[in-house]
This record gives sequence, structure tokens and C-alpha cells, in this order.
Amino acid sequence: MNSLAKIVKYSFYDILRSWWVLLYGLFFLAITSTLLYFSGDFTKSLVSLLNVVLLLVPLISTVFGTMYFYNSREFTELLLAQPIKRSHIFLGQYLGLTISLMLSFCLGIGLAFVVYAGTLEQSSHLFMLMLCGSLLTAIFTIVAFLVSVCFEDKIKGFGIAILIWLCAAVIYDGLFLAFLVVFNDYPLEKASVGITLFNPIDLSRILILLRLETAALLGYTGAVFEKFFGTMQGTLISFTALVLWIILPLILFIRKVSHKDF
Amino acid sequence: MIEIKNIHKSFGKVEVLKGIDIRMEKGKIYAFLGPNGSGKTTLIKSILGLVQPDKGDILVGGENIRNNWHYKNQIGYMPQIARFPENLTMTELFRMTKDIRKSVSNEEEYIRYFHLEDSRKKALKNLSGGMKQKVNAIQALMFNPDILIFDEPSAGLDPVSHIKLKDLILQEKSRGKTILLTTHILSEVEELADEVIFLLEGKIYFQGSVPELLYSQDETRLDRAIARITQKKTLTKYKNAGM
Repeated sequence: MNSLAKIVKYSFYDILRSWWVLLYGLFFLAITSTLLYFSGDFTKSLVSLLNVVLLLVPLISTVFGTMYFYNSREFTELLLAQPIKRSHIFLGQYLGLTISLMLSFCLGIGLAFVVYAGTLEQSSHLFMLMLCGSLLTAIFTIVAFLVSVCFEDKIKGFGIAILIWLCAAVIYDGLFLAFLVVFNDYPLEKASVGITLFNPIDLSRILILLRLETAALLGYTGAVFEKFFGTMQGTLISFTALVLWIILPLILFIRKVSHKDF
Repeated sequence: MIEIKNIHKSFGKVEVLKGIDIRMEKGKIYAFLGPNGSGKTTLIKSILGLVQPDKGDILVGGENIRNNWHYKNQIGYMPQIARFPENLTMTELFRMTKDIRKSVSNEEEYIRYFHLEDSRKKALKNLSGGMKQKVNAIQALMFNPDILIFDEPSAGLDPVSHIKLKDLILQEKSRGKTILLTTHILSEVEELADEVIFLLEGKIYFQGSVPELLYSQDETRLDRAIARITQKKTLTKYKNAGM
């Protein structure tokens, strides 16, 4: 096993030892079961679940990402004195955290669905939700790591990471809406698709809503979205955008970390 | 063997190391002294690659350490404050470092030496400060590395453990290791050091044996000599500033 895999393994152990990742999974197990059993309608409960996932997964990833980075400084310093490549230490810690968050998220939702015993079509929708949730986990964890490495001060780093989450989850939509209202007289279809691509949360929301055939709810741009995101090419572009949201911060993070003093 | 050539390092506007040159040989103990903030820890961290110098080169066993990590196989490091992943136990910690380093280790011998047999299964965060310090020492020693670096090793150790650690350091020296030590405890320096390197404001102010240091300051006691150097430097600083 190479050193990267070892670091992933040990950060993974370290994280699983504390109760909060477990609690995170249990929360999704509870909320998914509740929604599936009490609403009766699968699509409705999936949309409710979607809203919870889109708000909470980025938030929790941001919070855990910053906390883990600042709190594992000891672990990092210990590893830095060992014969391991620097980038492997940090990449390993990132993967360890991301994988454990993804696992408990997917297991929580997945277990609830298995007990509910849905149809094949339903499971494909749910899989899409799990995929988007996992990508959002990876995105917001790396953004949190990047912010943490840039700011020595814990409180400052934490604040800025939360601000980024707030922008993506709430403020972006508000600005987007204002933009649509102000430039109402212009053809905005293409622009709105373009703007959506820059926000991973919005992108995930649309990817899932379109699959549920509730695109009509998206209003007058909905048709454009459907035309764009519904095609193979559109789906590919959106997933590329989401993956870029992981890769670009990751490159910046590794570069920043390789010049950092401890 | 370690060679340090003209190392400079600044943190923001503060210049911490201003051109340090040292050559450290096998089978000797080098004690780094100096007031707080004189750059001791930064220098040690530069050798470990935790801090990256702005200028200059460090050679460990003839190898330049810039963008290199293999050389850390030759180094055992005992940091100033015991810091571990919170949730691991001692056994797991040692298993992890063994897994990473893949060299022969004899941690059992040291666990017995420091009487830590009963703490194997306890989470590291629940160990006392002194016990953590011992775990730290074992981490540094267990792979039998050629170079040993101790950053204030005595902090938090009880007197008996302190003596035990000093004995270990002397024993390692007799095995031909290069040993680096920073400390504020001067008895430790008198007892252990072959060479004292006194850092002041990022430069080497004095380098030589303890008797040489005493002679240069015309003192009979090490603490007096150290105090004298520090005071003299402060005085000249004020004079230069026109005060």
C-alpha cells in the first residue's frame, strides 16, 4: 500500500472514532425514513429530502471540513516529520474526511430506502440524489480545507467558510432572482443556464428536479433548462462543472499547502 | 551528519533566521540555546522540512532536503509539545508510524524502559502530559535513526523520567548518533552538550563547548554567562538606537 492510501486509512479511522460522523448518517437515516413513510408519495418526499440535502450537506461538510483541518494540526505535524510526501499527507486527510462523510450520508439514505423497498425507477432517482450529495460533500469539504489553509486564525477561517456556504446556498439565489427581474426585457435563457453552472448547489438542484419531471415548477426558464440539462451533453457539462468545483480548489489547496510553514 | 548553509527565513516582515551556518558531526550532542523567539524552533523545523527556508541549503547525510522527503527516514523527532491524533491509543500510534516508516523498530524495549506497559490501550488524549512526552520520546527513538532531534524534551517530565531520558540521549550519542537539542534547562546543557550553539535574533552569537562559552564571558556559571550575553546584546541594541 502506498503512503497516500495509508494516510487515507488512518484519517478514516481517526474520524470514525468520533461519534459525529455516525450521528450524521443516523440523521439522514431518520429523516429519509420519516419522509418516505409519512408522506406516502415518493416524489414529494424526494423533493423534501432534496431540500434538506442541498442545505445541510454543504453546511455540514463546510463545518466538519474546517473543524477537522484545524483540529488535526497535531496529526499533521506528526506526519510531516515522517518520511512521507507532503501532498500525500494533505490529500490523504481530505480523502479520509470526504469518504467518511459520503459513506455515512449514502448509507443513511440508502438503508432507509432499502427498508422502504422502492421501485427500480425510484432507486435511480435516489441514486442521483446520492451522487449529487456526494459531489457536494467533496466540493464543500475541499473549499473548507482551502479556506482553512489560507487563514491561520481558526475563527476567521471558520467564518469565511460559512460565508461561502451562505453565498452558495442563499445569497446566490437572491442575486440570481434580482438579476432576472432587472433584466426581464432581455432574452436571459442562455445566461441563466450559464449562471447556474457556477453554483454547485443550484446545479445539483436542477439536475435532480429535471429527473422528477417537475421542471414545469421552474417557471419560464424551466423549458430552457430542460432543453439544456435534459440532453446527454447538458448532463455531461453539468457533471464536468461539479467535478471542476472539486479539482480546481484541490489544486489550489495542494499548491498552498506545499509552501506552507508549520 | 547535517550541514546548514546560509539559511534565511522570514515570517511576513519578521526576519527570524538571518544567515545561519552550522556543520554537525556524528557522535556529538549539539545544544541550541537562546532567548524566546531567537529562532531555535524555526531552525529545527527547517531541518525537518516543516518550515521552508527562503534562502540557503540544508544537507542531511549529503542530500539536499529541498523538495525531498526520503531523508526523514534518518531522523527521529521529539517535538516540544506532545501532539497526537486524539482518538488513537499508544499501540495504534506506534503501529501507524511503523506502517509508514517500514523500518525495524524496538518500541517494546522503550515502553518497558519508561514503564508505559499499562497505558498501551488508553486513548492518547487521556494520558498525562509527562506520559505523552514519553510516548513522544519513544516515537523519536524507536526506529534507531542516525539523527535525533529533541525540542525541549524535559518539559513535563518528572525528575526520574528526566534522568532516564538523559541517560538514553547519552547512550544514543555513544552509538554515534548526531543529536540536536533545544532546552532552557542549563544543567541539561552542562551535562549533555558537546557543543553549544547560542542563537540571538536569528544569528549564531556563539558556537563552542561549555567551557569555551564560560571563558568567553569570563564567568564560572553557565546561567550567568547566558544572562550576560543576552544583556550585552540588549544594551548594544539600545545604544545603536541612540537611547
